[in-house]
Amino acid sequence: MKRSVVLHHANLCTLAAVGVLTLAGCGEDPKPAPPPPPPSIEIKIGHVAPLTGGIAHLGKDNENGARMALEEANAANIKIDGKDARFVMLAEDDQADPKVGTTVAQKLIDAKVAGVVGHLNSGTTIPASSVYNGANIPMISGSATNPQLTEQGFKGVFRVMGRDDQQGPAIASYLAANSKPKLVAIIDDATAYGEGLANEVEKYFKGANIRVLPREKGDDKRSDWKAVLTKIKGRNPDAVFYGGMDATGGPLLKQARELNIKAVFSFGDGGCSDKMIELAGTAAEGMLCSQAGLPPAAASKKFLDAYKARFKVDPILYSPFTYDAMQALIAAMKGANSADPAKYLPVMQKLEFNGATGHIAFDEKGDRKDAEMSIFQVKEGKLEPIAIIKNGQTVSFADFMAQANPAPAAAPAAADATQAAQPAKAAPAPDAAKK
Amino acid sequence: MVLVALALLALPFALAGAGTTWVRVTNLAILFILLSLGLNIVVGFAGLLDLGYIAFYAVGAYVYALLASPHFGIHWPFWVILPLGALVAALFGALLGAPTLKLRGDYLAIVTLGFGEIVRIFLNNLGSPVNITNGPRGIARIDAIRIGELSFARTDSFLGLDFSGPIKYYFLLLAMLVAVIFINLRLQNSRIGRAWEAVREDEIAARAMGIDTTRIKLLAFAMGASFAGVAGGMFAAIQGFISPESFVLVESVMVLSMVVLGGMGNIWGVILGALLLSFVPELLRYTVQPLQQYFFGRMLIDPEVIRMLIFGFALVLVMSFRPGGLWPSAVRKRELAARSEDPA
Amino acid sequence: MLACGQKAFAAGAIETLMDIFIQQLVNGITLGAVYAVVALGYTMVYGIIQLINFAHGELVMIGAMVAFTLIGVLTPLGVPALPAVLVATLCAMTACALLGYAMERLAYRPLRRAPRLAPLISAIGVSIILQHLALLVWSRNPLAFPQIVKTESFALAGATITNIQIGIIVISVAMMLGLAWLVYRTRLGIAMRATSQNAQMAALLGVDANQVIALTFIIGAALAAVAGVMVGSYYGIAHYTMGSALGLKAFCAAVLGGIGNIPGAMLGGVLLGLVEALGAGYIGDFTDNVFGSNYQDVFAFMVLILVLVFRPSGLLGERVGDRA
Repeated sequence: MKRSVVLHHANLCTLAAVGVLTLAGCGEDPKPAPPPPPPSIEIKIGHVAPLTGGIAHLGKDNENGARMALEEANAANIKIDGKDARFVMLAEDDQADPKVGTTVAQKLIDAKVAGVVGHLNSGTTIPASSVYNGANIPMISGSATNPQLTEQGFKGVFRVMGRDDQQGPAIASYLAANSKPKLVAIIDDATAYGEGLANEVEKYFKGANIRVLPREKGDDKRSDWKAVLTKIKGRNPDAVFYGGMDATGGPLLKQARELNIKAVFSFGDGGCSDKMIELAGTAAEGMLCSQAGLPPAAASKKFLDAYKARFKVDPILYSPFTYDAMQALIAAMKGANSADPAKYLPVMQKLEFNGATGHIAFDEKGDRKDAEMSIFQVKEGKLEPIAIIKNGQTVSFADFMAQANPAPAAAPAAADATQAAQPAKAAPAPDAAKK
Repeated sequence: MVLVALALLALPFALAGAGTTWVRVTNLAILFILLSLGLNIVVGFAGLLDLGYIAFYAVGAYVYALLASPHFGIHWPFWVILPLGALVAALFGALLGAPTLKLRGDYLAIVTLGFGEIVRIFLNNLGSPVNITNGPRGIARIDAIRIGELSFARTDSFLGLDFSGPIKYYFLLLAMLVAVIFINLRLQNSRIGRAWEAVREDEIAARAMGIDTTRIKLLAFAMGASFAGVAGGMFAAIQGFISPESFVLVESVMVLSMVVLGGMGNIWGVILGALLLSFVPELLRYTVQPLQQYFFGRMLIDPEVIRMLIFGFALVLVMSFRPGGLWPSAVRKRELAARSEDPA
Repeated sequence: MLACGQKAFAAGAIETLMDIFIQQLVNGITLGAVYAVVALGYTMVYGIIQLINFAHGELVMIGAMVAFTLIGVLTPLGVPALPAVLVATLCAMTACALLGYAMERLAYRPLRRAPRLAPLISAIGVSIILQHLALLVWSRNPLAFPQIVKTESFALAGATITNIQIGIIVISVAMMLGLAWLVYRTRLGIAMRATSQNAQMAALLGVDANQVIALTFIIGAALAAVAGVMVGSYYGIAHYTMGSALGLKAFCAAVLGGIGNIPGAMLGGVLLGLVEALGAGYIGDFTDNVFGSNYQDVFAFMVLILVLVFRPSGLLGERVGDRA
C-alpha cells in the first residue's frame, strides 16, 4: 500500500512535468518559429476563468481577450532584460467554484507564473487572491466587481473593471436624471455580483429621495420571472433595475413586456451585451444599461475587429477588460524590464495607458482610478452608447466624442510604443502589434 | 502499519516537490474523505438516503467563519469553534431527522434535498434585513488556524523542512482523519452500529427486536452531520473565504458519488471513492491537454470538457461492472452474490 | 407605515388586486404544466423500475437543442412557422426517444439487479455526459430560441395570457390525457402496470419486461422533448445547463404528487407551479417583507416537506413499504 502510494505520486510528478513542458512547447497554433539566434526568455502568465458550467461562455470570452493581448505582445517582439521575451499563457478552468479556484491558483504558482489575469467571478477571485498574495504573485482581474477584493490590503491585487460601488451609482444617477422616476423596483439574481450592484443602485435612489419597492430576487438559473414581475406590475413602478446577467435578464425583459409592464428597464454590465438583445428580442428596445470603462466604439474599434478576425466570433462581455488586464501586466514587465514580480509591481502601480476600455491607471488599493462609466441604450436592436459618466459628471456621448477627437486611444499609444521602458506611461501592445 | 504511517508523514514533502498544488489537492481530498465517512454513517450504515448532506458542511463552515473573522469582529480560537461547529451541525442533523423519520427511500431523499437547498437559500439571503451571513458576497478574511504562536498562514522551518501553510493543514487534517476512522471502526461494530445495520436491513424487524428506531435514526443523522460540521470548519479556515456557492446541490451529489462509487458501508471503500473522485479530475487537468497535443497535434476538444466527459463515463462504467462499488462491504458482497444466484 | 401602504392600494383601485391574483394563477398554471410534463417522465420510469432518472432533465435540454437547430435550418428554407415547429418537435421527440432507449440499454439495464443506489450514480454520470456532449455540439452560450410563432397577448378576466401559454397548457393536458389512456386502456399499459407491480410475475405471464421498460423510457424521453420545445419557446432561451434545474423541480413535483403515479405527477406539477407563483407574489406582503421572493424556493420546499410529513407517500401515492 505504502509503496504504491509513493509510486503513484512519483508518476504524477513526471506527468505534471511533461504536461507543463508540452504545454510550453506547443501551446500556440503553429506559427513560423521566431529566429533562433538572440537569447530569449519565456514568461508564463496565468489566466483563470470558468470554462465549464453555467457561465463557461463568459469564461472563454475572458480567456480569448487575454490571449489576444498576449499574442500581440509576442508579435511585437518585446525585449526584456536584453532578451526576446516570449509570453506563454497557462489557461486554467476554475469552474466558478471557490475551492477549485484556490487549487488552480496554487497550480499556477507551482508553474512559476510571473503574474495572473483572472479570475472571472468575485467568489473565486477573493479566495484565490490570498493564495497569490502568499506567493507574492500579482493578479489582475478583468471582471471581479466585489469591493471586498481590493479591501483586503493585498499589494499585488488589481482590477481593470469598475467596482460595484462605482458602477451602481452611475446607472442610477443617469436613470434618476433622465427618466425622473418616482417609484423604482429593483430585482437581483441573489449572486454576489447581482446583489452587490443592486444594493449600490438602491443606495443611490434612496439618497436621492426616490421611493424603492422592497427588493425582489430570483437566482442565476431562473428563466421564469412572471410571478415576480406580476407582483411588480401591481405596484406600477416607473423604472425597474435588474442586477444580474444577460442569460437571466433577457427572459426577464421579454416576460415583462409580455405582461405589459411599461416601466423603463435598466441593467448593469452583466445585461449590457448583444446576447441580451438577442434573448429579449423586440422587448429590448429602449432598455438602458451601463458598462465600466469607455464603450469599445470610443476606445478601440481596433479591438473589436481584431477579436473578430482572431476568434471568428464577437466579443461577449468582459474580453476587452481581460485584454487590458493582460496588456497592463505585460506593459509593467516591459516598463520594469523584468518579469520578476518584486521589480515590476511598483511599475504596475504607477502604470498609465489607454486600453481597449479607456484610460487605465490604478489607485493605491489596486482599483481602477477614475474609471469612466458608459451608459448604453438599445435603439433599433443595437446597443448605442448615449452618455459617459466620470467623477459624477454626465456627458452625452456625442459631446464626449466631440471633445475627445481625435480618438483618445490611437495617437499617443502609437507614439509610446517605440519607447522601450517608461514606467509612467508604458505602451500598450495593440498598436505595437503590427510593427 | 508503521510503513504506512511513515509514508503518510513523508507524503506532503514529496508532494510539495511536485508542487504545492498537490498538497492542497490532498487537503481537499481529506476534507472529502471526512465528509464521505460522515455521509457513510447515514447512507451506508443506517441506509437513509441523504441528498442534502452538504448543508451540514455549510453549517460548520459558517459557524467557523462567523466566529473567527472581522465580519462580527469575533476571533475565537479554533479548538472552541470546531467542536461548536460539530455540535451545531449535529443539532441541524437532528432537526432534519425529526420530521422525516416516517419517510422511506426516495421520499426521504427528496426531503433531505429540499432541506439542503433551504439551508443554502437562507445563507444566501440572511445578508438583509439584518446582516448575519453577508449573503452571496460571502465572508472574507477568515482567520487561519493558530496554535499558540504557531500560525497556519505562515511558512516555518523545522528540522530542515519547510512547513508551508498547506503542509501544516495536512498534518492537522491527517490527525483528524485518523481519529474519525478510528471512531468509525469502533462504531461499526458497536451496539449502535449493529442497530443501524438492523434498521437498514429491515426496520420493522429491528423495531420488533426492541431497537428504538427513532432514536437510532436521529443518532445517525446527528453523528453524520457532526463530521461534516468539523470538515466545514476546516474548509473555512483553509480557504479564508466562504460563500453560499460552495454549498450547492452538486456538492452533495459529489459526496454521495464518492460513497457509492467506493463501496457503501465499507469504510475503506468510501475512503478509496473519495480519493479517486478528488484526484482523478485533477490528474486529468494535467494529462488531457498534452495527450491531445501529442496525438492530434492541436486541441480538438477543450480539456475541461474531456475531463467532465471522462468523469461521467467513469461513473457509469464503474457502476455497470461493480454495482456494489469498487470495494464493497462484506454484507453487500453477500447480497450481490445471493441476487445473481437467483435470476429474477 | 402599514396604514400608509393600504392607502396607496386603495387609490390604485380594488380590481387590480384581483387582476394580479388571476395573473399569478395563469403564471402558476403555465409553469405547473411544464413541470407536470417533465414530472411524467420521472414518474413513469420510477413507477416501473424504482429508479430516479437524474438524467431526465438533460433529455428536456437535448429536445430543446435539437428543435433549436432544426428551426434554424428550416426557417431560412422558407418553411412556414407552424409546420417548422411541428417538424422540429417531431425530430426532437425521435432524437430523445433514441437517446432514452440508449440510456436504458447501456447505463441502466446492466444495473437492474444492483443495489438501489448504483443506478442513481449511473444516472448522475449519464447526466454529466449528456450536458457536456451538448456543450460540444451547441456551445457554451445561452442560445436565443427562435421566436417564429409570433407572441400575441389576450386579455383574460383582467390578466394577460399569451398564445404560447395557451399552447403550453393545451398541449400538456393533451399529453397527460394521452398518457393516461395509454397506461390505463391499452395492452402496453397493462403490461407496464403489471411489470411495475411485480416484474417476475409479469414475466411469467408472458410480458417481455425488457421491452416494456425500454418503451417506458422511450415514451418518457419523447415527452421530455416536447417539454424542451415548450420551455424553449416560452422563455426564448436554450442553454446546455437548462435541464438540471428544471429536472430537479419536476422531480419534486413527481414526489409531491406521489412518485410512480401518473395523475399524481400532473397534480404535483400544477401545485408546485402555483405554490411558486403565489409564493413569489405574496410572501413579501404577508411577512412585511422580512421574507420576499428570495424565499420562493424555500416556500416551495417547505410545502413539499409538510405534505410528505403528513402524507409520507405524496398526495396520490399508495403506501409502499420499500427500503432505501
